[in-house]
Amino acid sequence: MAFFSTYNTKISGIAAAVPKNEISNWDYEYLSEQEKKMLIKTIGVEKKRFAPKHLTTSDLCYAAAEKLIADLKWNKNEIDILIFVSQSKDYFLPSTACILQDRLGLSQTNMAFDIGLGCSGYAYGLSVINSLMSATGLKKGLLMSGDNSLGSCNYKDKSTFPLFGDAATVTAIEFDKNATPFHYNLLTDGSRHDAIIIPHGGMRNLASPDSFAEQEIAPGIIRTPLNTALNGLDIFNFSISEVPLSIKELMDLTATTPADYDSFIMHQANLIMNESIRKKLKFTAEQVPYTLAKFGNTSSASIPLTIVSELKNKVKSEQLNLLISGFGVGLSWGAVSFKTDKIVCPDIIEIE
Amino acid sequence: MDINELIKNLASEFEFDDPSKLTATTSFRGLKEWSSMHALIIIALVNSEYDVIITGNDLMQISTVQDLFDIIISRKK
Repeated sequence: MAFFSTYNTKISGIAAAVPKNEISNWDYEYLSEQEKKMLIKTIGVEKKRFAPKHLTTSDLCYAAAEKLIADLKWNKNEIDILIFVSQSKDYFLPSTACILQDRLGLSQTNMAFDIGLGCSGYAYGLSVINSLMSATGLKKGLLMSGDNSLGSCNYKDKSTFPLFGDAATVTAIEFDKNATPFHYNLLTDGSRHDAIIIPHGGMRNLASPDSFAEQEIAPGIIRTPLNTALNGLDIFNFSISEVPLSIKELMDLTATTPADYDSFIMHQANLIMNESIRKKLKFTAEQVPYTLAKFGNTSSASIPLTIVSELKNKVKSEQLNLLISGFGVGLSWGAVSFKTDKIVCPDIIEIE
Repeated sequence: MDINELIKNLASEFEFDDPSKLTATTSFRGLKEWSSMHALIIIALVNSEYDVIITGNDLMQISTVQDLFDIIISRKK
């Protein structure tokens, strides 16, 4: 059972960057007016950011990292580790983390690598960087997480395009002997790996001329095998049953209850789903911030982006006891609890 | 458990202007408002009110409110 704790590290800062280009589901032409109303009310996504073709997730991470490093007054030579959690990397190879090491001007003594996870990525990323730094004594690290999810959605697929938004984040981690622990409960069910999938373009189905052929899966759902395909109903059931169980388990194992947490920050998947989880676990509406309406589902950026967008003033000025839960593509899910103590948190950066 | 309670809950969640158009024999996909979002609403409602899991496949197999009610009854612990 992947329930464990890490010690001796703390979050020193979180920054987020989004494309300046904002689009609205009210303008989405493949939904009727009735469907738009229903989607915005039920799924909760009204506006989101859509990266122009030249702007990648790593560009967003770069901008967020420069700002965060400057605000933290970190010496770049002291950054020992960089992890890039994403499913929209710059190239098939090399790892995007290597490109970011150079672009940020980090020392060659920095270890840098990618982790390929989506909606659960922030929880997993925290577990990896904290475990490594705690075990090795590395002093400073950057955890980057985010996706340009819209880049792989077909605009003509109403089952994916209205849901996602593009965003990226950087979390600064520091070794500190006096830090309070992080607790994790991480899970996987690969039997449902096809619930969210880009079927072509990997080694299993190399890109071929067929990969570019658009197919009409159902009315209003047109995509190619290089686009993201999503089985919303199956994900929905997983999310309202297994996800709350994993969070309940973490609370039981750490002997905590909802009242012990200042905020419970969920992956921003879908309003009716997240509200089901919130009510099952008996968190109050005030404890659970949302950015779905502003930014949509932003994959592994959603949790840190929601912290920066909705909790900025609190996270900068107070000690907070936080519970987070990421869940989705894999299927992969995880909950993490930790404390923050007056961290650096710049305003959300917008990039042209 | 009573089918009228299920009908009342569904009509309220769907926010129909005229709730009386939903009856035991109403076919979901025959409703002019029907969309995949209604499927999500049904799954969430049945899960929270009756603690029963309805899958996307179940919703493909059934057509009426009565069919949904029968599944709930058969799965209710």
